[in-house]
Amino acid sequence: MEQTIIDTANHLAGYAAKAARVKVVAAYPITPQTTVVEKIAEFVENGEMDAEYIRVESEHSAMAACISAAATGVRTFTATSSHGLALMHEALHWASGSRLPIVMTVVNRAMGAPWSIWPDFSDSLSQRDTGWIQFYCASNQEVFDTVLQAYKLCENEQVFLPAMVCLEGFILSHTYTPAKIPSQEKIDSFLPPYKSGWSLDVDHPVSHANLVAPDWFMEFRYSIQEAMENAKRLIPEIDRDYGKRFGFEYGGLVEKYRCEDADLVLFTMGTMGSDAKIAVDKMRKEGLKVGSARIRVFRPFPMEEIRKLIGNAQMFATIDRHISFGMEGFLATEIKSSLLGQKDTPKVAGFIAGLGGRDVSSETIEKIAKKSLKWMDTGKVEEETVWVDLRK
Amino acid sequence: MSKVPKSRKDLPLTPLSYPTFGSMGKTGSWRTFRPEVDYSKCTKCTICWVYCPDAAITRQNDDSPKIDYDYCKGCGICANECPVKAIKMRREEE
Amino acid sequence: MTTLKELPKEEYLLKGHAACAGCGPSIGLRLLFKALGNKVIMAVPACCTTVIQGPYPFTSAGVPLQNVLFETTGAAASGIVAALHARKLEGITVVGWAGDGGTVDIGIQALSGAAERGTDFIYICYDNEAYGNTGMQRSGSTPYGAWTTTTPLGKGERKKDMPSIMAAHRIPYVATACTSYPIDFVNKLRKAKSIKGTKYIHLLAPCPTGWRYDTSKTVELGRLAVQTGLWALFEIENGKFTLNSPSDRLVDKTKRKPVGEYLKLQERFRGLTEEKLQMIQSWVDEDWVRYSKQCV
Repeated sequence: MEQTIIDTANHLAGYAAKAARVKVVAAYPITPQTTVVEKIAEFVENGEMDAEYIRVESEHSAMAACISAAATGVRTFTATSSHGLALMHEALHWASGSRLPIVMTVVNRAMGAPWSIWPDFSDSLSQRDTGWIQFYCASNQEVFDTVLQAYKLCENEQVFLPAMVCLEGFILSHTYTPAKIPSQEKIDSFLPPYKSGWSLDVDHPVSHANLVAPDWFMEFRYSIQEAMENAKRLIPEIDRDYGKRFGFEYGGLVEKYRCEDADLVLFTMGTMGSDAKIAVDKMRKEGLKVGSARIRVFRPFPMEEIRKLIGNAQMFATIDRHISFGMEGFLATEIKSSLLGQKDTPKVAGFIAGLGGRDVSSETIEKIAKKSLKWMDTGKVEEETVWVDLRK
Repeated sequence: MSKVPKSRKDLPLTPLSYPTFGSMGKTGSWRTFRPEVDYSKCTKCTICWVYCPDAAITRQNDDSPKIDYDYCKGCGICANECPVKAIKMRREEE
Repeated sequence: MTTLKELPKEEYLLKGHAACAGCGPSIGLRLLFKALGNKVIMAVPACCTTVIQGPYPFTSAGVPLQNVLFETTGAAASGIVAALHARKLEGITVVGWAGDGGTVDIGIQALSGAAERGTDFIYICYDNEAYGNTGMQRSGSTPYGAWTTTTPLGKGERKKDMPSIMAAHRIPYVATACTSYPIDFVNKLRKAKSIKGTKYIHLLAPCPTGWRYDTSKTVELGRLAVQTGLWALFEIENGKFTLNSPSDRLVDKTKRKPVGEYLKLQERFRGLTEEKLQMIQSWVDEDWVRYSKQCV
């Protein structure tokens, strides 16, 4: 039976794990993820969810338990944030190299030192090279839907990679909004039972992941890259199919808003994408041709989608809730990279905003857009990277 | 069960290795000394069979040992443990 | 089981593997399969056994074996057990098989977590008293006075008492074993298999490469370790401590061989002064006073 509930993104991630009929959950608490695993504990203990709940003693063990459970033939789930994700780092590599379709919710929170509990993307973006598919959500509904879409994608035999579904801490994780949960029947017809590419089976013994010499290592790595390319193709298909079945879709890899005739396209990730729409509408009323593109999937990076957005745009403005010290935000770098060698490329202005949870409102985004438009008119990007609202 | 891949399409999804005798090749080539069993002294106690780290000794139907020289590394544990000293270690070249 | 001939003939550690000649841990691994058969799923962290399997696409292990990250044997086992339970698959023994480094040092957290959760598996620490895979660097399980590549003058600290640490977790079964006492080890494995919960066996497995002795003496040295009392064979079953044969006859100090007989055969103890040797002897004697008090 379809229900409409009012709940937080964290709880909805829990609902999604339940709806996906996850069988093993590894749970370790960290702010602001904690309510994900608490919700799942409720479901398991009251019998609503038939799953094994492993209360591990660290995030590193959480991912290790998921890797082994997935290898033993079941759908697995875990969740973490910030330093917990960082602690799992080597295990993330191991999971993708093992081609296991684990889905993890990452409730984005700034990395320390110093301690911060507020959101930015330094945690998940630092893991961009681990071979995990990365989704960035802008609403509670999207979190629920994306967890289900992620399982469908990861268990596709052309993919078999793990995925993280990212959502900003406190902005989404602890904010109550309405959300629709489809009927279990409909979910079951969308998401078939667990499938993996290999498993530990006493009737067919194998040793997994013993030493691979230089003569074949590259080819195994290449197959992960191929899987990422396949994911790039499958994500929009799955999103469209999900939209047909359940009424919610998110533009596949990139959620575009009023970009068709835009002079300036604003690139964002996560909830800034929602605020960007408000800013775009306001500026459009003023006669400014601005559009916004929310990068929903950071890995695999939607290079082709970025190139399609060149259109007649003269300016791209990237807003990164992240900084790679010594360079710039990853979104800026990868967008610039996507434009290289293309015809009539727009200029790119990079903006850093919202680190450590500093609020980025639609007014802030409007300021960013207006500054970019000014540079567009003068033809010169005055500063390659601008730290927005930085105190003097 | 295990085939050395010849091209990318032979590769499994992720490195999966199948049980193989001689995973490191014919480790008998590692030997300097080889054990030799004097079956007239052997009491078929099976101690040598139990302690071979390489499982290179087969326990035959009558419980006497059969050493697989393709894989025996010549460690000498069997000779050292034999309670009746029925196994002698001899230099390979002899 | 009381005689060697009762051991099954099937081998699940296949010959031609990559272990050093005279490898104690390999004896242990062979005996593991003889005790438990092949309805076993193993989690193996980075350790000698990682390499003993041999290189892709071959393995010398005849059972499903997941190579896992160094720290994670306990957590991996929890994951495997949970998945088997979720799939309602029975009759499969989950085994964590790890070296001493991966148990007492880097792996201790995950093992402790699994034990506290009561994960239903058997964990065997095969102890060759150093980080063998990487070339014999000291671990928390290296004994006092031993040469290793990172303690060239001999380790200054005592060996971590891992069985006591595991017993403190109140798990149903803790035992020590030695590759020189195969019947004892096999019986302990089979008993562990019949118990529900976390079972821990600490297996002394002499290593000619690291301990520096002639490869033929692996079994002899293990025996001497027990005969000198430096390594005691015991079980702690639901908190009840029992010494096993032949350790049960060694409470009387005069029945124990002097530790020097064991230590002097290994070049890694070449640097031991008489003073240090006496200290080691006194620690062994202290341990045995404790053991005798623990026996009921």
